[in-house]
Amino acid sequence: MTEPLLFELDKKGRRGYALPKLDVPTVDPADHIPTKFLRKQLNMPSLSELETVRHFTRLSRMNHSVDVGFYPLGSCTMKYNPKVNENIARLPGFANIHPHQNANSVQGALKLLKTTEKYLAELTGMDAITLQPAAGAHGELTGLLIIKAYHNKKGNNKKKILIPDSGHGTNPASCTMVGYEVVNIKSDNRGCIDIEDLKANITQDVAGLMITNPNTLGLFDENIGELASLVHSVDGLLYYDGANFNAIMGWTRPGDMGFDVVHLNLHKTFSTPHGGGGPGSGPVGVKAHLKEFLPTPFIIEENNTYSLKNENDDTIGAVLGSLGNFSVIVKALAYMMYNGKEGLKAASAYAVLNANYMMKKLKDTYYVPYDRFCKHEFVISGKTFAKHGVKTLDIAKRLLDFGYHSPTIYFPLIVEEAMMFEPTETESKDTLDGFIDVMEKIAKEAVENSDLLKNAPVTTPVRRLDEATAARKPDINFYRKP
Amino acid sequence: MKFSKEHEWVKLEGNTATIGITDYAAHQLGDIVFVELPNKGSKFEVNKVFGTIESVKTVSDVYAPMSGEVTEVNDELDANPALVNEDPTGKGWIVKIKISDPKEYDQLLDEAAYKATCE
Amino acid sequence: MSTYIPHTSTELQEMLNVIGVKTIDELFAEIPNNLRLNKDLDIPCGMSELEMTRELTSLSEINKTVDKNVCFLGGGAYDHIIPAAIDHLLLRGDFFTAYTPYQPEVSQGTLQCIYEYQSLICSLTGMDQTNASLYEGATANVEAIKMAEAQTGRKKVILLDTINPAYRKVIKTINGAQDTEIITLSFEDGVCDVTKLARAIDDKTAAVIVQYPNFFGCLEDIENIAKMAHEAGALCIVCANPIALAILEAPGNLGADIVTGEGQPLGVPLSFGGPYIGFLAAKKALLRKMPGRIVGKTLDIDGKQGFVLTLQAREQHIRREKAGSNICSNQALVALNTTIYMSLMGAEGLKEVALHCFQKAHYMKSELAKIEKLTVPFTSSFFHEMVIKVPNADSVLKRMEEKGIFAGIALEKYYPNLKDCILLAVTEKRTKSEIDDYCKYLGEALK
Repeated sequence: MTEPLLFELDKKGRRGYALPKLDVPTVDPADHIPTKFLRKQLNMPSLSELETVRHFTRLSRMNHSVDVGFYPLGSCTMKYNPKVNENIARLPGFANIHPHQNANSVQGALKLLKTTEKYLAELTGMDAITLQPAAGAHGELTGLLIIKAYHNKKGNNKKKILIPDSGHGTNPASCTMVGYEVVNIKSDNRGCIDIEDLKANITQDVAGLMITNPNTLGLFDENIGELASLVHSVDGLLYYDGANFNAIMGWTRPGDMGFDVVHLNLHKTFSTPHGGGGPGSGPVGVKAHLKEFLPTPFIIEENNTYSLKNENDDTIGAVLGSLGNFSVIVKALAYMMYNGKEGLKAASAYAVLNANYMMKKLKDTYYVPYDRFCKHEFVISGKTFAKHGVKTLDIAKRLLDFGYHSPTIYFPLIVEEAMMFEPTETESKDTLDGFIDVMEKIAKEAVENSDLLKNAPVTTPVRRLDEATAARKPDINFYRKP
Repeated sequence: MKFSKEHEWVKLEGNTATIGITDYAAHQLGDIVFVELPNKGSKFEVNKVFGTIESVKTVSDVYAPMSGEVTEVNDELDANPALVNEDPTGKGWIVKIKISDPKEYDQLLDEAAYKATCE
Repeated sequence: MSTYIPHTSTELQEMLNVIGVKTIDELFAEIPNNLRLNKDLDIPCGMSELEMTRELTSLSEINKTVDKNVCFLGGGAYDHIIPAAIDHLLLRGDFFTAYTPYQPEVSQGTLQCIYEYQSLICSLTGMDQTNASLYEGATANVEAIKMAEAQTGRKKVILLDTINPAYRKVIKTINGAQDTEIITLSFEDGVCDVTKLARAIDDKTAAVIVQYPNFFGCLEDIENIAKMAHEAGALCIVCANPIALAILEAPGNLGADIVTGEGQPLGVPLSFGGPYIGFLAAKKALLRKMPGRIVGKTLDIDGKQGFVLTLQAREQHIRREKAGSNICSNQALVALNTTIYMSLMGAEGLKEVALHCFQKAHYMKSELAKIEKLTVPFTSSFFHEMVIKVPNADSVLKRMEEKGIFAGIALEKYYPNLKDCILLAVTEKRTKSEIDDYCKYLGEALK
């Protein structure tokens, strides 16, 4: 199955859309725009509407998606994306409002944002929320800017952020963006932060500690209280990466664990679609002592009337050109309203149930490096198959042949040949059982006929791709061949 | 030819040292897709980063095994970075430098000692 | 319990038995008791789909929309026509419920769409390469500045204050925190003051950033500005409106090194500010400095054409603290939205959209000129956006809104010296009669 490129479907003269007839007297652009600024040539294919529809429909069928099948990608929370939320986000009163409208003409939208802020504050145990960040990494950046602003205001001379070696790659990259040096903290043999290593690195120039809890191994760090006191003892701040928030919703809150700053991923925990890689939304929550640093504008509610406060003395400024990825936020609120307090808590409960069930079942055939209850995800290692010449990559590719998406692989970095599974609460026992059977079958194949794995996948639209040539001679633009 | 613990090799001819990465390192990196070369004329202290090597899934710094000034860079790697995989100690050389301290050569490992570090 | 959880009570029991616990609570036992949330969340109880839909629909109906009113607002987001086919395709679950194409063999749909998006953006901007998209216009400029700094080894950037104030605010927040020295130059007659620019550019300047057309709708002489930047060894970043580029010369042909911009005009709903899409395209020499995902075309082991994420060694998941950016996603679904839009429009359609905007805006300007007490402060060439000045702009805007017209953006809060100035945009969606009504009501309001 190969779909021609849009450019190969081009036929000059075809049109996919007709505009209304121009109804004003016209002028000659050449009389109004200097010649050097008038465009001479524009390359863009011409297709009819049906051809366009078919092209993209055919392409869509070459994707795996949650709507098609199980997608246990760890740390990504590929849960069901409720259809009704798409309808809500497309209501004219939400989709067709302009960001520059006066506050009095968008009271419904502002109320919706304020309500979302309140619910997220309650879920995280924080005092104030900004909905501006457009993604998780963007939330990290925002949170770190807030941490930096806090230290700058206090005259603290802080240089370092501590990050466990199991952390997401965005964590250290975000630190560099705000000028902090990264210090990696080791994990202990239970997969949690090594307290001794942390103590050794707690110095006066520590600006903060950035962690997920449960961490990327899916393990809850029960020492979090002590970690928090240690960091706070040098006036460092605790940052909560909310990538794994789906594990604890309604059970415990970052604010109660001692975190000062939190980001959430609405596209993970709150069911908004991942869209093939975006758009997401990464709200940031802070405790009261950091509220003044939040990005502006703030949404203010007075007597059930909403307005925007554009300036604030200590604000870090703005991190986005608008109030946030509004329609994503609409979907997240719809999800919270539908589920309610009991449904949200149940979502985490069943996410954790599913992960533990899967881990327990897979333990017979696969090596589980940290053998204890997990939260919403868990990590196994493919290293035991090395003697058959099989790598984790091969197992991942073989899963594709059975119609499943692979787990996250080779992450976290501290587990050799890692495979990270996150089933989410929306998957049924039947789905999990079917998947577990296949995992067992693959383990057997690895021993008996490892070529099936090494040559996999064979049933997909394309087979393994030549990534080396792609990177050596990048063909990334149809109009400029390498 | 001598070696550094950071997996570079050095071939010394008079005052000029040719530098590349070892066969072991090239193998560990996998398919090399890009070599970021220093500029001719730039100066490096021993053990300081002077370039990076990218493979499909990883990136690695290259450390100067000796101090000196870059006199030549292997421009062919721009068009064909795979040379580092195919012939790391030959056509896949990275830079030539005019060394500033010949004594540093004595600090480097011989082949047997280097091989021992890779095990 | 919400219907999104499929477990029956029997299944729950079976699963607990397998795990070896009696209740789900036991799986949370390691959370110390003092950290447990031992109360109900202060969030309302769950509701049915119908109740939730009703509640949110009534909330949405409080907002005044651009359908029931006539929208002349611009300033970075525009009320353009959106062909119906787009949303049907975006609603295919295969697209919107997929994630980042980590396993390319089962993500060819998303990957090929991104490759097509990249090619179309390159064509529009006249650039060699682009990434798979960034959050939106403001943050695309943040990333472009970082690229220019990395390329030149310099830390000073010159912003013209004719750049969208919202973008400048974000640049100040993010680039400012990375010790970038930001020089903002004030305008002359609505465009760059070349004398001031000449004085500001020096051998420490990493980039000059200019908007095309600028925030006031005026055409900046980007060719000259690029030349001035290059003479000092600096890069020229052009933040462009993609619809305008259908009739305006590609910045790549006028000396730009990096072209950024907001992709919302390419068929993306207004949605109160997002999600939108930032594009960033660059000349070949800047390839390794580009942030974000990039899709490349390659072959599979059977020699069949396919697509992969490529040049990944630039990115945070590999480089961690040494990465040039923390970008980890793209706006894939919005990129798809713009790609489908461009596919439906084609070169001719896109040019026509741009021309209609241009013609309607120029008609409107000539009609507005007939109104007494109204002045047009800037004389530069413009595309589809313009500034007008009227006495008591705020109360005029309010009166126009009562007539169902979003008449423009009051500029004073961004530019204190532009008191009583209004920025208005005219898209292809506006009709002659809407424009005539605008002029009529405005004339009445000024009497």
